Amino acid sequence: MEHPAHPEVTFHHAPGGDETVKRIIKTTVILSVITLIELALGFWIYFMHKSPDYSHGFVLFLKGVIVILSLAKAFYIVGVFMHLGDEIRNLIMTIVVPLLLFVWFIAAFLWDGDSWRTLRNTHGKTKPATEQQQVEPAAKKPGGVE
Amino acid sequence: MATAQAQMETKWWSGGKSPFNVEYGKLMMWYFLMSDAFTFGAFLISYGTIRFSQNYWPDPNKVFNAFPFAGHANLPLAFVSLMTFILIVSSVTMVLAVHAGHHMDKKGVVKWLAWTIVGGIAFLACQAWEWTHLITGHHAVLMDGKIQEIGTTVSMNPWGAEVPGMLHNGEHVTKPGPVAFGGYFFGITGFHGFHVLSGVVINIVMLVMVMNDVFERRGHYLMIEKAGLYWHFVDLVWVFVFLCFYLI
Repeated sequence: MEHPAHPEVTFHHAPGGDETVKRIIKTTVILSVITLIELALGFWIYFMHKSPDYSHGFVLFLKGVIVILSLAKAFYIVGVFMHLGDEIRNLIMTIVVPLLLFVWFIAAFLWDGDSWRTLRNTHGKTKPATEQQQVEPAAKKPGGVE
Repeated sequence: MATAQAQMETKWWSGGKSPFNVEYGKLMMWYFLMSDAFTFGAFLISYGTIRFSQNYWPDPNKVFNAFPFAGHANLPLAFVSLMTFILIVSSVTMVLAVHAGHHMDKKGVVKWLAWTIVGGIAFLACQAWEWTHLITGHHAVLMDGKIQEIGTTVSMNPWGAEVPGMLHNGEHVTKPGPVAFGGYFFGITGFHGFHVLSGVVINIVMLVMVMNDVFERRGHYLMIEKAGLYWHFVDLVWVFVFLCFYLI
């Protein structure tokens, strides 16, 4: 570059030519195709829901596939459109490593939500949660059958 | 490859240079986006926690099945696909604007930046329509023993389970759904929409600066790259909003 705009930057990226445009178009096609596959799976789930005895396990599997496809989209957007893949390793690591907290974050909280539901479903009558105590009429005897 | 070798041999931490080989503004934009990712992540995970804690959750294909000017046609996923493609395309035009900036191509930057702004405004218009449709679209709900017509708001949810065999004006009467649904939907898509809005404003400011030759005089278009990072992040967040609210 003729004008080194930022002296602290050691290696300036050479401006990309036609191959950069080709890469952008290729990534656009990949993102569109992944989105179309996601939509197809979404419609598959929609039509499965119409029959009363659909397989919950299989729907869960399809949803898992959709989640993985979304992560692939995120990878392409960050890596190619945001050019993170072209940065040096140190920078990539300071962005990506903190995001690993999400692994614990998602697992712990979804587990918590599930446990909350299980507790309410199994002990809801014998051990009422605080919010349920508030809506119960005051005159009702504790432990009385509804 | 020669550059890669040279990069390996550079002593990045010896001072006098950026150890990450980027200028200050771009690095800070990355860290801002990382923290913003945690904000959105926290919102979406909180939504997931509440959803996991409920025995019943509304089916997105029933809630989001309308399309502008299509009347009462049942078109699940159609409108949100349109919104998704608008955002993907506007992300592509933004990359092309950044690419034109690398080549000091002012006309190219103006053209692609303008298209990006058009895409952003189109997305916001779609979202405005969708919100209006949800809030004003009333549905028959059995509440306190009476049939009431309610829309989707942060305090009301007409998307509960169907009451078997009960019809009202040819529509299935439902029980009230979990109240949290509206709050999370409007809260998270609203926060995302606010990011789109600020992205559009940033892009308009960039467009005015480009047209006034600010970057031409500065000798580089690095500001467009930073605006581009923000814009792509908005697209990235939409991938997950789309996933969590509409697809699964």
